[in-house]
This record gives sequence, C-alpha cells and structure tokens, in this order.
Amino acid sequence: MVKIVIDGKEVEVEEGLSVLELAEKIGVKIPTLCYHPAVSAYGACRVCIVEVIEKGLSKLTTSCTCPVESGIEVKTNSEKVKKTRKLIVEILLARCPDARIIQDLAKQVGVEKTRAPQKNENCILCGLCMRICREIIGVDAIGFANRGHKRKVTTPFEIQSDVCLGCGACAFVCPTGAIKIEDVEDKRKIDMWHTELAKVKCERCGRYFFPESAVEHVKRKSLQDIDGFLKLCPDCRKRVLANKLVCGW
Amino acid sequence: MDVQIIEKVDRIINKYKKDKKDLLSILQDAQDEYGYLPRDVLVHIREKLNVSLSQIYGVVTFYNAFSLMPRGRHLIMVCTGTTCHVRGAGKLLERVEKELRIKNGETTRDLRFSLETVRCLGCCSLAPVVRIDSDTYGRVKQSEFSKILSSHE
Amino acid sequence: MSKKIASLRELDDLRKRGLKSLYPDKPRIMVGMATCGLATGGKKVFEILSKGIEKNGMDAKLIPTGCLGYCQKEPLVDVLRPGWPRIIYQQMDPEKAEKLLDNINQGNIWRENVLAKMEEDEFLIFDEKRKYPSGSEANLNNTPSYQQLPFYKKQLRIATRNCGFINPTNLAEYVARGGYYSLFKVLTQYEPEQVIEEVINSGLRGRGGAGFPTGRKWIYSRQAKGDIKYVICNADEGDPGAYMDRSILEGDPHSILEGMIIAAYAIGAREGYIYVRGEYPLAIERLKEAIHQAQDYGFLGNDILGGRFSFSINISRGAGAFVCGEETALIASIEGRQGEPRPRPPFPAQSGLWGKPSNINNVETWANIPVIIARGADWFSQIGTQRSKGTKVFSLVGKINNTGLVEVPMGITLREIIYDIGGGIPGGKKFKAVQTGGPSGGCVPSWLLNLPVDYEQLTKVGSIMGSGGMIVIDEDTCVVDLARYFLSFLQDESCGKCTSCREGIGWMLEILTRITHGKGEEGDIELLKQIAEVVKNASLCGLGKTAPNSVLTTFLYFRDEYEAHIKDKQCPARVCRDLITYIINEEKCTGCMRCAKECPQEAIVGERRKPHRIMQKKCIKCGICYETCKFDAIKVE
Repeated sequence: MVKIVIDGKEVEVEEGLSVLELAEKIGVKIPTLCYHPAVSAYGACRVCIVEVIEKGLSKLTTSCTCPVESGIEVKTNSEKVKKTRKLIVEILLARCPDARIIQDLAKQVGVEKTRAPQKNENCILCGLCMRICREIIGVDAIGFANRGHKRKVTTPFEIQSDVCLGCGACAFVCPTGAIKIEDVEDKRKIDMWHTELAKVKCERCGRYFFPESAVEHVKRKSLQDIDGFLKLCPDCRKRVLANKLVCGW
Repeated sequence: MDVQIIEKVDRIINKYKKDKKDLLSILQDAQDEYGYLPRDVLVHIREKLNVSLSQIYGVVTFYNAFSLMPRGRHLIMVCTGTTCHVRGAGKLLERVEKELRIKNGETTRDLRFSLETVRCLGCCSLAPVVRIDSDTYGRVKQSEFSKILSSHE
Repeated sequence: MSKKIASLRELDDLRKRGLKSLYPDKPRIMVGMATCGLATGGKKVFEILSKGIEKNGMDAKLIPTGCLGYCQKEPLVDVLRPGWPRIIYQQMDPEKAEKLLDNINQGNIWRENVLAKMEEDEFLIFDEKRKYPSGSEANLNNTPSYQQLPFYKKQLRIATRNCGFINPTNLAEYVARGGYYSLFKVLTQYEPEQVIEEVINSGLRGRGGAGFPTGRKWIYSRQAKGDIKYVICNADEGDPGAYMDRSILEGDPHSILEGMIIAAYAIGAREGYIYVRGEYPLAIERLKEAIHQAQDYGFLGNDILGGRFSFSINISRGAGAFVCGEETALIASIEGRQGEPRPRPPFPAQSGLWGKPSNINNVETWANIPVIIARGADWFSQIGTQRSKGTKVFSLVGKINNTGLVEVPMGITLREIIYDIGGGIPGGKKFKAVQTGGPSGGCVPSWLLNLPVDYEQLTKVGSIMGSGGMIVIDEDTCVVDLARYFLSFLQDESCGKCTSCREGIGWMLEILTRITHGKGEEGDIELLKQIAEVVKNASLCGLGKTAPNSVLTTFLYFRDEYEAHIKDKQCPARVCRDLITYIINEEKCTGCMRCAKECPQEAIVGERRKPHRIMQKKCIKCGICYETCKFDAIKVE
C-alpha cells in the first residue's frame, strides 16, 4: 500500500496504479484523449497532465503514465495545470478544428478560439487505433510512420494492408472519429488505411455482414468449432440460437 | 522476387542470427547493399524475422538513414550545422537546389545526384562544408558550386 | 598462442612493447587522420609520405593518429626522431610533405610550417613525464613549445589524453600510456562498492549534458534487482557543431572500453552496448577494431585478465535521428524500434534495455573513469569548481580564430577560452555571444565574458553546459535567425509523439519565421513566452523540454534585436533576407561586371567600367555578388 496526497486529501491505495487510475477510483475527474483502459498508457496527448511535487520539486507530468509512489503530492487542477492544459487544447483545436471531442474539451477548459496556425486534420496522433490493433487484436496492421510534424498513422507504404481484418476496432476507439468505415454492398472500405476488404455472405439471409479476413481470424483464434455460426450474420445467429433453445433445433 | 535479392537479404539476416532485435542493423546493411530499401526486401525481412510490416515501415520512415526511393549515383551532403549555418549554409543550399532543380531530400531525374542536408560533419573550421560521396569541400562559395559538381559524373 | 593478459608482469610486457612503438629507434611520423584531418587533406599527405618512405627505402614508421584538437591547423604532422626534439608541423599538404621527407632523409630538421616543438610527454595515468631532447643544438630555441602555445597553455587533457599521441588501432600504445592499468587495479584490488565510492567522491558528473552525478547513477544500477544488467555508452553525439565525442572515439577508443568494463564490474553487468551515430563511420570502425583487440588480449570477453569477471560489448549503429541521444529513445533504438522516448519513472537504472537495469553514460564520461581510478578521487576533485569537478571538452567553433577541440578545467572563464585559447574573433569583428549547449542551450552575451564555466554558472545565466558545443557568434550573426534555426532543427528531429513538442515547436517556429520576414506583430514575444512555458513543462522528454531555450535566452539578452525585427522591421546583423538590401557603392565600383555575370537573377545592370546598379525588384538577396566583388563595393543594409 502507498500513501499519497492528492488535491489536499491523503489517500492510501494499493501499489501499481497510475495517478489517473487512482483519480478515477476516488472520483476526481481528469480529462483524457489518448487514454483507454483496454490498452497500455501512452502519454501522447498531454491533456491529462497533473502537477506532481516530490522532495520539494514540482513538475508537470501525464497522470496516465505517472505511477503512484509513496510520498508524492498530486495537484490535478492547480493554476499551472489549468494554464498549461488550456494552451494544449488551443493547439489541438487548431490541429483538428472539426473534431467534436476537441470542441467539447475546449468549452470545458475555457478555450474560445485558438491562436495557433490552423490545420485541417482529423487525427490527433493519440495512437489508440495502433495500440488496439497491436495489443488487443494482435494484428499490427497500422502504425506511426515518419517523424515529428510529419508523423501520421498509416498502413505500410500507405497502400492496401495485407493483414488488416477490417474488424473496425480502430474506428471504435478513435476519439475524434477520424477513421471512417464504409460498408458498400459486398465490400468494407476504410479509406484512411487505403484498404478494401471483401465481406462474407450470410448463408441464411444473403446479407454481406462482416469482412472475410476478420471471420477467418476469429475462426483461427477460437477454441471451439464455431464454423457454423461464422457463416451467419449476427441477426440470423440470434434466430438460429433462439430456435435451438426453444425448439431444440 | 529475384532469387539473387532473396539470397543477399538472407545472408544479411543470417549474419545477425535472425534475431528481430537486430532489425535496425539488418535494415542498415540492406540499405548499404542496395542504396535504398526496395519494398520486396522489406516484405522478405518481415517474413524471415516475424516482425510486422507496420513496425518495419515505421522504423524505415522514422530514421534519416533509410530511403524507400533509389538514390543517385552521387550523394551531395550540404552541412547545415550551426557553424556552417552562421557562415551561409542556408544560401548555399538554396543555390544547390536551384542548380540541380531538386529540393533537399530528392534525387535528380537522371539519378545522377541525391541531395541531403547533414548536421555537422565536424569540419567546422572549413565552414560552409559540402561533401559529395567521400570528397569534402570546404569554404564553398555559391559561385563555385557548378565547377564542383562537374567533377562528379 | 594466446595473447591474453593474466598478470601484472604480462601487462608490463605489453606496455614495454607499446613504449618501443611510441619511441622507436627510427623516425616516427604521425599524421592527424581523424575526420577533421581527413577533411583538410590528411589522407593525401599520408599517402605522399607513405610513397616517399617506400621510394627512398627509408626506415621510418608512418602512423595515423587522432585529433590533437587544433583543427584550424590541420593537417598536422608530428615527427619524432631519436635524439631529436619532437616537432609538430601544421597545415601540411602533399608538396610540403615531400619537402619534410627530404629533410628527414638528409638528417636535417625542416623549419617551415612548424607549429610547435614538444618538450615533454605526459602520462597522466602514471603521473609521469617523459622529456624529449630540447633541441638547443638544433637552434630551436625560438620555436614555441607545445605546452606554451596559447591554444594549449590553459588546457588540461584528461578525457582527450591520448588523442593525437597514439595510433588508435595499436592497443600496446594505449597500454604504454597507462591503458588498462586502472582495470587491472580495479579487478585485483577493489570491491565493486569501492569502485563506485571512488567515482562518487571524484564528483564526476555526466558529460553528455544533464550533468547528473555519475557515481550516484552507478549506485542505482547496482542496487537495482536482477541478474541481467547493461552498461551503455551514448555515442549519439547529435548537437550540430559538437564533435568532441567523435574525436575521442576515433583517437582513443580503448579509453571508453576500459571505462565501461570498470563500470560493468561495479554494477554487475555482463553485457554492454555502444550506440554510435551512423554519421560517424570512422568511429564505428575504430571501435570495432578496439573491441577485437581487447578481446584478443583478454580485456573483454570471458574471465577478463584471468579472473572471474566476464563482459562483452556490442556496437549499435544509429540511423540518423537526433532524438536517439535521449537515453530512453536510445534504448528503443537498440531494441529495433522507433526512437520514441518513454516516460520516466521508471528510470533506465531500474528498467532500461529490454526492461533490465541499464547504466547509460556519455563517451566523455567513460573516458574519465580510468584516470579517476588511477589518480584517485582526491586528485580529480581538486580540479574544477566546488560543484563541477574535473575538466570539460568543448568544441570551439564559429567566428573564432582558433577553431578546434579544447579540454579545460571547469571554472575557467569564457574570456580565457575565447581570447586566450581561441585567439579572439577573426576579421576584427565584434564578439556578440557564445552559444553553448546546442539546440537545448542558450547564448551567453559579451558582457558576461568573465563567467567561470561550470554547470551551475551556465544554468544561472540561462544557458546549459550541454554536450560541450561552444559556438562563437559575432556582430554579423542575427540571434533571432539563430533561434529560428535551432527551432527548425528541433522540429525536424522531434519524434512527434507528444502534442506539446510536436505542435508547440511548430507554432513557435511559425511566429519566429514571420518575425524574420518582417511580419512580426505586437504581442509576438509575449505569445512566444506563453507557448515556451507549455512546451517546456508539458513535453515528455529532454528534447521538448529544452526546445524553447534558444528563444528564451535570446529574449533575455537580446530583446532589442527582437524588437528591431518586430517594430522597426530591421535586422541589425543584416542577415534576415526580407529586411536587408544589397546596394552597390558607386564610388568603389570599378565596373568590372563580375557580379553581373554571377548574379543568378540577372539583377545587376551596368556597362563596363561604369558603376553598376542592383535592380531591387529582381534581387533575391543570395549574396553571390557580395562574395564575388573584389573591391568591397557591395554593401548590405
């Protein structure tokens, strides 16, 4: 167990938590963008910064990556934190002016307009899509390319990926909605990844419901033989299962 | 893919005992061998090392040493280190770009020259410095540049 | 037969062999073949000498050596003949080399191009001096002595003790000057904790820039739990204008190996890495050779020096990314990934390379270790200032007469470095400031010249020690342009992970660029300061955190220059293109038409022998006319 002081309150908590996790536990709200409990903490957006005072020295650090250690004092909303976060949001607003989540965050921290040079991006380079594809899906189809201000998330050579499943986890987790998935008839298109994938046809109703590569992936990873179910769309699956339960076939 | 290319790449990979932690060294050796990194070579490295193509592509595009495009016969490096900068490297670079009709980082269409900037060749007493392949030219004046170029076919 | 050294006697034997090589009974000619020597034509000089020796059937030894530091005078050729004084020749070329050889052949002393005579050789490790014949018979009394040359007089070469004195590929010569005796002492007389104590007591601080107490770092690594630990050398010297580490790597690679082996013993590591910048191919070659030799002789590998301690070193080649000089990015690079820094804690000492405890130090730090062990912490801690012990190697470059690498005791003043050692500003120009610490550092202005140089003092005036780059600027350098240059560099080199660095630097750069183009606005400086604060406080790593320094320190001392750009749309140093005009002084113009011919825009009009005129609308301010004019008839306003 470790003892720290957070926003003036003394708290005792088990080891191994980050300051952000601790804050969540005790109901202190810290805004985040690139954090997601399902994947490892990254510390890219800098929105979740807090002030940490240790041995008399104060520094700003991201709460998602800062481990709770004995003897530290954390201030989640000091003037320094507020001022710094405000400018960070100003920067993000200039980068992605149309992103709803950034606009909301701006309102939250009191940013009305931005003085930074206007860009027209949708992606804030938080890396959530990349982390979920690597750590949860295990496919590693996308990643950061280039360096510095030229950094972007993309597929190798910025062409059709040969490993992308089309599962859509990246779009699901993207905070700004930059990743758009388009389902057109028998194809799923993800423009951002330059990728187009063929979908599987439901044996029962004929609807094209999910990318073939994703279905194959589930088959490979599954411990049971669920081949039968994978040839059906989710609706038909439910009906078949319901019939089985009710009528036995 | 060309059998010869596969063999060459395999030799490089085997030199490092197929260890994926030596990815950077493998890529550097391949870059030295081909002058750039052809896509097929990277795909083959992915197969042999069992590293994702994303990771390889990310590494290749992160570091300056790697090039996905073929480079020219001669590599022109204009030093833009601090000393060279205060002694006019910026103007010199512009002159070079004009002369060759390419921008920094590009290669001339006839594949004769590639142009790059480099931070500090360590010859600060000779600033501004230009290096072409292994020849270093010091105290380079803008007006002298065409003459220097002509000695590199 | 095994060459492996396993006893003091065997080490002494190797030393004797090295001494014979250093002081042979025939002429020994050393040519500076470090990168600076090679760039100025050292290779051709070496080749001519080699051919000449062969052609004349001379019995002489021709040795490539490292950088003596006096880069301004390269190529340097050092001649030692039994019974004669040792003489260093400067600015040699193939023609002069032939003349030199002729003289040696005829038994004469060549008296042209002499830089200095060397009266004695210092073996720092043994605290011994070895005298050379004085040369009074040879009438060299008026020849300056190496130790008395203004460039060298105030230097104290500890880290660079062997550079320019030995053949870096000859291990015996390294041993002759004391090499590997410290390792022997440590393995036979010290417990690991004693080694660390010695380093702590010496007061040595990291020479890579951060200045963290080295001994304390070693304790953390020693205390860290785990069987597998790593010792790493950060040789990714990236600051433009700084090449101190390169010179040590090329001129004395064994000094680094020895330092690392001693540390490995102290912290309990069995494997080490030297991460060398890819742009240093010669350094990599020398290191590889040195590692092979060290293995052959039993200084590396299993059962070092016949004992039970084993340690091996690998070389990791950088691939062109300045950010990889940051320790966690460096680690990521060795692991085969993008050079993205990681948040700390955990620190590398607890969790570094592949999650194992890793001790990372800079090249110059490692080079100091053998001397500290040999001469003791007391001796070392008497050099320097109260909190900055020892010496520091600086690359003194820019607008200075004596460009080169200098190693001086901490506490020496900037004035002494720039005027006594550096010989002042060329061309009679006015000294403006000295930029220290590379892109992370700042400018120290002329009115602070009496500043004693050490970690604390430099930080106090708003700059940092950094890795040792010392760039002198004069009245013709615009500090606003210089700040913009550094920001542009950092923007390219940022890894791009965190918002504050990636976007913040871009924002600052945009504002500075506007200012240099004459489009500065009221409030720009205040805005820059606000962004600077955020970039400094919210960024993940040292690159981002120190990125605003160049802007902040130039604000501190050269506010008026910024205001001139912003308010008056003027560049006092006459550098910023949009704020200057090139004009032909009609009184001085002879009408030779040279500038008109060279002008790429054909913007100069005028008839032969009549004063010319520059058409301002066409002029792109490239400065070629200014370069070309032999009559000083072109003014920049």
